[in-house]
Amino acid sequence: MYPSRFQYEAPTSLSEAIALLSAHDDAKVLAGGQSLIPMMKLRFAAPAVIVDINNIPKLDQHGVHADGSYRIGALVRHAALEKSTTLGEHQPLLASAAPLVADPIVRTRGTFVGSVCHADPQGDWASCMVALDGSILAQGPNGRRTIGVDEFVAGPFQTVLAPNEIAIQAIIPKPVGTRAGGYLKLERRVGDFATAGAAVGLQMDGDTVVQAGIGLTGVGARTINASEAAAALVGNRLDPDVIGTAAGLAAGVAQPRSDHRGSADYKRHVIETFVSRILTDAARTPEKVA
Amino acid sequence: MSLFEEVPVSIGNDVPRRRVEISLNGERRAAEVEPRLLLAHLIRNGFRLTGTHTGCDTTNCGACTVLFDGAPVKSCTMFAVQADGHEVTTVEGLAQSEQLHPIQEGFKDEHGLQCGFCTPGMMLSAKALLDENPNPTEDEVRWALSGNLCRCTGYQNIVKAVLWAADKMRGPDADTGTAADETGAG
Ligand SMILES: Cc1cc2nc3c(=O)[nH]c(=O)nc-3n(C[C@H](O)[C@H](O)[C@H](O)COP(=O)(O)OP(=O)(O)OC[C@H]3O[C@@H](n4cnc5c(N)ncnc54)[C@H](O)[C@@H]3O)c2cc1C
Ligand code: FES
Ligand code: FES
Repeated sequence: MYPSRFQYEAPTSLSEAIALLSAHDDAKVLAGGQSLIPMMKLRFAAPAVIVDINNIPKLDQHGVHADGSYRIGALVRHAALEKSTTLGEHQPLLASAAPLVADPIVRTRGTFVGSVCHADPQGDWASCMVALDGSILAQGPNGRRTIGVDEFVAGPFQTVLAPNEIAIQAIIPKPVGTRAGGYLKLERRVGDFATAGAAVGLQMDGDTVVQAGIGLTGVGARTINASEAAAALVGNRLDPDVIGTAAGLAAGVAQPRSDHRGSADYKRHVIETFVSRILTDAARTPEKVA
Repeated sequence: MSLFEEVPVSIGNDVPRRRVEISLNGERRAAEVEPRLLLAHLIRNGFRLTGTHTGCDTTNCGACTVLFDGAPVKSCTMFAVQADGHEVTTVEGLAQSEQLHPIQEGFKDEHGLQCGFCTPGMMLSAKALLDENPNPTEDEVRWALSGNLCRCTGYQNIVKAVLWAADKMRGPDADTGTAADETGAG
């Protein structure tokens, strides 16, 4: 299967890439290509110009920034996160999700930021971003702006990025407590999208939750922010009552549809079970005392 | 219709082409390609290395797996132009003249294939794993191969083949702790 013809550009700087996007009407950024190229082959997408950002230096870095936030550059591949030896201590949720995204070969190329930009309601990283209150740093001809993930995703496969803006980093705010939490995903086989997935980001002070976020994958027309469920955790210890309440609230805001992956009721039940499991696990993990 | 300088049939002059230079199995190869040409097609039709298979063409099966700068990629899901200046290894790059690569020997010895369609991709994913982790557990082998589909073998002998190769590649002088010991009861 061949994509339609396009003009290929491989800029080596961000400013050059933005100029190319500004100069052409129907241009698209190519990052890992693991969503865009399959769509082009099926002719669901037929951009006139491809701006390949893979040759732009320094976009492949991730780590703690001077301001305490965690930054993930636009060319950080799923595999780089999966294999990172330092991610887990800073971002346990991301470390638990990384091996569950797509399959090992797709993870070599696919990027974290590209996945958020793709805005697939079944994307795993968007749920993590919601749970961690993350935002996207975008650069365009008029400079940079930061967009919270809830606002960034405008709908299924749609973002608020202007056609000549590039998402250059994902930003996860500086923690106010010790990070805990994790990601659970039900998939029929490796490489399948989630039947249902739950991302829980916690910040703890001893055994008390000081901040929480819950994002749900594949159970609605967009990534779901289960904010009430998360709010029910804050200020509390993770005892069975609190866990049960939060898990129930999360399942309540899921809007799954029955399909070949399972019935709506089943998926809602999976969400409840997953949220409860992640929280129970977090309650059990002894706090690392500094 | 061909898109390659090595196969001297030209596409229309109005179609813009780009020159790519690839280190293919250690050999420098060059071609003039249309940007939409997929890496899998450059390898198969342009360079006539037909060991790289295209099974699904929808990024699902892994039969088209090649190593791109040492890491496994689905060559049906990359443009050939993107490989410019990079190293690509295909299954043809595994054997050294008459000498099979230990991974190939493993597949032969342990009956790691039936129809053989998935085998090149399997072997390249296995090579990427063993380059990084010479002493993998069975679980690690299964994990590393989980992006490659096989419709014949049920995977059991593929996993055995890779563990066989790991063993052989570590050599007789390697430490005695085998993967099995590490994952075994205890
Ligand atoms: C077989 C298979 C299984 C998969 N399974 C999963 C899964 O289980 N879970 C999951 O979450 N994903 C899955 N994916 C998708 C995969 O994670 C993609 O890598 C990801 O969705 C897109 O990232 P990319 O870097 O490949 O982006 P691309 O494909 O390069 O781009 C995707 C879109 O985002 C835009 N874009 C990308 N980067 C930027 C940027 N920096 N600035 C502005 N726009 C940008 C592009 O223009 C395009 O519209 C799967 C893909 C395949 C092929
Ligand atoms: S042909 Fe490339 S993944 Fe199947
Ligand atoms: S041996 Fe036939 S597909 Fe694997």
